[in-house]
Amino acid sequence: MHDMGGVSKFMCDAVDVEPHALSAFDREVDAIRQLLGAKKVMSVDELRRGIEAIPEPDYLRLSYYQRWIRSITDNMLAKGVFTEAELLAALEDTK
Amino acid sequence: MSGLLSPGTKVRVRDDWPETRGPCHIRTPHYLRGAEGVVEKHLGAFPNPEDLAFARPASRLNLYHVRFVPQAIWPDAGGEALVVELYETWLEAA
Amino acid sequence: MSEVLETPSDRLLAAVRQLLTDKGVVSREEISERIQATDAATPAQGARMVAKAWVDPAFRARMLADGAKAAEELGIPMRGMPPLGVLEDTAEEHNLVVCTLCSCYPRAVLGYPPFWFKSAAYRARAVRDPRGLLREFGTELPQAVKLRVVDSTADYRWMVLPLRPAGTEGWSEEQLAAVVREGDMIGVTFPKVS
Repeated sequence: MHDMGGVSKFMCDAVDVEPHALSAFDREVDAIRQLLGAKKVMSVDELRRGIEAIPEPDYLRLSYYQRWIRSITDNMLAKGVFTEAELLAALEDTK
Repeated sequence: MSGLLSPGTKVRVRDDWPETRGPCHIRTPHYLRGAEGVVEKHLGAFPNPEDLAFARPASRLNLYHVRFVPQAIWPDAGGEALVVELYETWLEAA
Repeated sequence: MSEVLETPSDRLLAAVRQLLTDKGVVSREEISERIQATDAATPAQGARMVAKAWVDPAFRARMLADGAKAAEELGIPMRGMPPLGVLEDTAEEHNLVVCTLCSCYPRAVLGYPPFWFKSAAYRARAVRDPRGLLREFGTELPQAVKLRVVDSTADYRWMVLPLRPAGTEGWSEEQLAAVVREGDMIGVTFPKVS
């Protein structure tokens, strides 16, 4: 899905050349990714693998940085940085 | 291909599809599999991202800029040259 | 994990931030500092490199040999950044940069990648229909000029060193840098003198 070079279904799509400002969400996800890389917690290659594992309907529905936070979350769970139970509890707190 | 490749060496990208065999992470675009090109430049050696993506020990691989003719990949292609970074493990003699 | 997958992304970020800071993996201060540092990288940095290369042949040669070293010469922070390659435009050949696999971008010298660079349409078409793509940016490339598309797939980041526009003879580096925009250093547009 991520491997888009020359893919026919996108060949007739116009490029949206307008500037799109980054949101606070976008900037923070970007910063967390950089920190996890610098601290050797998660490489950029692991981030990409996690993005590539997102099923196509979700991949197309999610924004660029929404894919990143999804991959970061999957990676942190897989590495045991936090557990699924801890994540669910933390998500409850955000309600 | 191992050993240092000189500029001008003709190469073919392996016609291999690891993504059909299970979880993997590859930096060789699908559109180049099986394509023939010419080495432009040696770019250095870097840890294999196919291993880094799984936090496995990664050996350093030679990385090359390889030039392709776009019309050999897509008959309708525009542009005169397509240049892509490829690791030595994806290249075979052409 | 279906609950997690259905969670709105802003709540997911809040939960991940909470867990990472609780566990001491990252701190809120570090996150703020990183955002600030990242915001500080803008196309103005790449533009300074281009302008210097236009007036200083020795710098131009060093920049083409090693873009990261040349950036550091100008005080642009490159530590921890991937190698930076510089693609030289000539009267005969023009370069265009894309990353078809994700969105590899010379962030150290251009800042965050723009929306279009990350879009499916750009990533799909740059390698196959690059002239049509350029027209959407208002760029008409003469047929006589060869178009060389560089798909940035691996460890390097690439920027274009465009041709110096006519009508800039005698300009200072500052004046020259002011006409170099982000798209000029990816190859979708050319520096223009208004």
